[in-house]
Formats: sequence, C-alpha cells, structure tokens
Amino acid sequence: MAVQPWQIPVATGMGMMSNFINILLKPLSYDFMLRGLAASVIVGVVCAVVGMYVVLRGMAFFGDALAHAVLPGVALGYLLSGGSREVLFWWALGAAVLVALAVGRLSKRSEIREDTAIGIIFASMFALGIALISTVRSYTVDLSHFLFGDVLGVSSRDLALTAIFGAIILVVIFLFYKEFMVLSFDPILAATLRLPSSFLTNLLLILMALSVSVAMQTVGVALMVAMLVTPAATASLITRRLWQGMLVAAGIGAVSAVTGLYLSYYLNIVSGSAIVLTATLIFLVVFIFHPHRGYLWKKR
Amino acid sequence: MTTSSFTPLYAHVHHDPDAPILDVEKLSVDFDGRAALQDISFHLHAGERVAVVGPNGAGKSTLFKVVAGVLPPTSGQVKISGFGPRGHICIAYVPQRSQVDWHFPASVADVVMMGRIGQVGFFRWPRHSDWDIVHSALDEVGMDSQADRQIGELSGGQQQRTFLARAMAQEAELVLMDEPLNGLDIPSQEAILSLLEKLHQKKITVLVATHDLGQAGSHFERVMLLNHRLIRFGPPGEVLNGDNLLLAYGSHAQLIKGKDGSTTLADSCCDGDGDDE
Repeated sequence: MAVQPWQIPVATGMGMMSNFINILLKPLSYDFMLRGLAASVIVGVVCAVVGMYVVLRGMAFFGDALAHAVLPGVALGYLLSGGSREVLFWWALGAAVLVALAVGRLSKRSEIREDTAIGIIFASMFALGIALISTVRSYTVDLSHFLFGDVLGVSSRDLALTAIFGAIILVVIFLFYKEFMVLSFDPILAATLRLPSSFLTNLLLILMALSVSVAMQTVGVALMVAMLVTPAATASLITRRLWQGMLVAAGIGAVSAVTGLYLSYYLNIVSGSAIVLTATLIFLVVFIFHPHRGYLWKKR
Repeated sequence: MTTSSFTPLYAHVHHDPDAPILDVEKLSVDFDGRAALQDISFHLHAGERVAVVGPNGAGKSTLFKVVAGVLPPTSGQVKISGFGPRGHICIAYVPQRSQVDWHFPASVADVVMMGRIGQVGFFRWPRHSDWDIVHSALDEVGMDSQADRQIGELSGGQQQRTFLARAMAQEAELVLMDEPLNGLDIPSQEAILSLLEKLHQKKITVLVATHDLGQAGSHFERVMLLNHRLIRFGPPGEVLNGDNLLLAYGSHAQLIKGKDGSTTLADSCCDGDGDDE
C-alpha cells in the first residue's frame, strides 16, 4: 500500500516541480487517505484549541489520564457489539465524559492530592481496558488500533461524527471565550463576578472529554496528550494573547496532521506517531530559535 | 439588557444607600475545626480607607474572601450595602502578586476587560463603550500607554496598577487589596498610595492588607488589628501602640524602623509572604 522512499523517481530538472506535485497528489487519489487527512486536520485543530486551556490550567497530566481512562469504555463497547467499530465513538464519548466529571469531583475533596487521584484512576482504568480487550482472541491488532489510532480506517460516518463534534467544541469555546479566560486566569475574579464557576469548569472538562473521544480514532489513546499539549505549548511560546495562541496552535495542529500523514504514507510509519513527532519537531524549532524567548536567545 | 445601565444578574441584589457599605456581624470561619476567624464584627462607610494589619496566618486573606463572597462563613453574616454579598459584582479583589500567573497570554487591556465581563454578559462581546471604560481606567492609573503589553513584561508596580484599573473598570464600590505594597520599590508604593487617594475621592471603599505599620498609620483613616479575632479597630493613633501590637503579634513582635521611615513589624515566628490558611 505505502510507497517506499526509494521507489520515488529521482527528480531531475524540469520534472522536479511536477514530481513534487505528484508526491503531494498521489495519496489523495485514495478515498481512505482523503478521509484520514480530513479527520486528522479536524482533530489537530480541535485538540490544539482545547489544548490551550489544558496548558494554561496545568492539566497535561489530567489530559493524559483522560485519554487512557477511555479505554475500558471502548473495550466494553467493542465486546458488547461483537467487534463492531460503528458504536465505539459513543462508548468513548460516554467513558470520557464520565471520567472527566468524576475526576473533577474527586479533586475538590482534599484527602487525596489531585495528581495522586488521577494517577490511581489513570492506571487502573487503563489496566481494566487492556484486561477486557485481551479476552478477545485477536486482541493484539485491535488493541494497537485503540492505542495508536487507525486513521486509514476512518469511514464516512466517522468523518461526519468527527466534523460535527469538532464544530460543537469550537463553537462552545467561541461562545464562552471570555468566561473560560477569566476562569483560567483568576478563579477568584470569576467568583466575585458571580460567574457560575463550577458549571463552567465542568463544561471545560466535558469539552476536553469530547476532544479526546474525537481524537481517539486518529491518534489513539497513548499519544493523545501530545495533540492536546504540544501545539498549544508551542503557540504559548510565540503569542501574547489567548485568541492568537488558539489560532497559532490550530495552525500548528493542522500542519502537523497533514505533514504527519504524508510522512506516514511515504515512510510507512504509524500515522499517529508521525503526526505527534511532526508537532514535537515544530515545538523544538520554536523553543530553540524563537527570538527573545527561545533557548538560544536566553543563552546569550 | 436593553437599557444602557447594567441589569444585575441576581434580582435580589439591591443597594440600600443608607446602610454601611460593609457590615460584618459575628463572623466566624473554621477550617477543619480550627478557627481562622472568630467572632468578627465591624462596619465600614462608603469611601473609607482601612488597613488590615496582623501576623502571617492571622486570617486577613480569609476575611477578604468571605467579604468578597468567595468563601462562605461558618457563622455570622456579611452585608454589602444592606444585602448579602452573594450577588454583588461591585466588590473587587486584587490578589497578591505571587498568586497571579504572569505568563498567561493576556495583554494589560485584556486583564482590565476581564473586570467588565459581568456587565458585558454571556454570549456577548465587549462593546465600544466597554473598551472606552477600560482605556479610561488605564489612563487613570497611568497605564494606557502600556495597554498592549503582555502582563508578564510589566514591573511589579505596573502589575499592581493594572489590577487597580481592573477594579475600576469593574465599577467596584468596595476594593479588597491583599498585600498590594509587598515587594514594590518606594516610588511604586507611593504611586499605589496616591491611587488609593483617588479612589477615596470617588467614594470607593478600600480595604488593604499590609505589613507596613508606618504606611498603615499614615495613609489610612482606620486600622484593623487582626489575629483570628478583631483585636482593635479604630484610628491609627489609638490602634498602633505597643500594648495592642503585643496582643496581636505576641512576643514574636519586633518593630523595625526602615531607612525610609517605614515601620515594619517583623513576625519572626513564621516567615513567608502568603497568609493563606
């Protein structure tokens, strides 16, 4: 299926440009590549925008836990539906929302530190998920799809769900932009302005849960946190306002998705890790070379 | 919200013009059975400037949070202009600088606009009139030229003035400031104190937690000496004497006269600038 790099004809003279275009266009002649590309771009954008709040609120660990805790829900759906992949999105969605709200409640109590509580839930849910999946004989293949995503298996129906839920997430973030900003920057101000803080906090947790379930098929459970954190962290280095950060993060998320998918096609590597590695490379370049705030700048 | 004036979110919130702006009665707050505040009663009139002085952990931040309506009291009550604090958005809380995430991607104007989102309301964007209010508040604290800078790029004094502008943009009538002078150089402290004078002229009531007894004595009409209980509350001359300070600070008290004429009370028992309980 995938073309190895040594199979690409060597570019010569006039042919170079058309050759390059050929490289870009060739994967697009497959419907499954087009759907995968569209789904990854949506996921890249949505996760990056939601990720701004994950990064600003210091919830990276929470995001990781949330992604892993979805696994038992997906596994249960997988077993109950007899291996059908149609319903898995809804199982992922239900599990993610449940876990997000549960951790939100748990962290309000003070007997257990929040990160400890997350650590316990995260590992135990993940273990439960693997235990459930391992009861199926052919589990290794399915497990790897859950863990690392299966972007080439995106059906038209999957793509439609991704687009609809992606749009819902972005619209809610747009509508509550200023409230989420105040809640994240200064919770006491949110309280003195009499904003419904716990409603807004839970809404934000639900948005994170939705993003996780939308990204489930494209990047999988294991690498999800990178989609939430890496583009947003990169954007935070180069922007000074929240909305700018969201736009830049969305751009980085989209570029990483497209580049990653092409790399995956030509180098024959798993798409989720190609996308994440591209995003990481962008982060490193910005982190090292950015004027004023970059590593090189600070060294001088 | 068709009229130009702000319609409160909560119908039960009113202001009785004859009532004191802040009326605290028999207020107690317990944390896990330990009393942070015990049986506190006092009231303030519009436009007063009051310094709250006490050792670290005396309950100053707790008092502010209860007055702001952020923390519910264990017993007793707080009234703002005659009504409970829950619905009022006329109370501004200026946090300690150490409590703020200065890396947050927000400009000076963004932070000041945050004070207005109660008036702007859900599902609406700030109007021109809101931005006008933001910029005139910034102008008033001498920060309008810095409006587009990211908040982390400011000096400590500028950061504190930005938050004061936010309180003004919020149209607060009661401003609670937690250690606003901590870690500022003398000119910045003077700038903040002269802004407090401005607020005073606008009849805005200001409650300031401070460690500096000299400033508490010279820039405030009344001083509240607090250590879980209200030890004394009155004009500086009556409150800031050795006996009362000994009551508040115990034998750890140690008066330090600074070169600049300030008098600071070193509280040798527990170091650290936060008094979060």
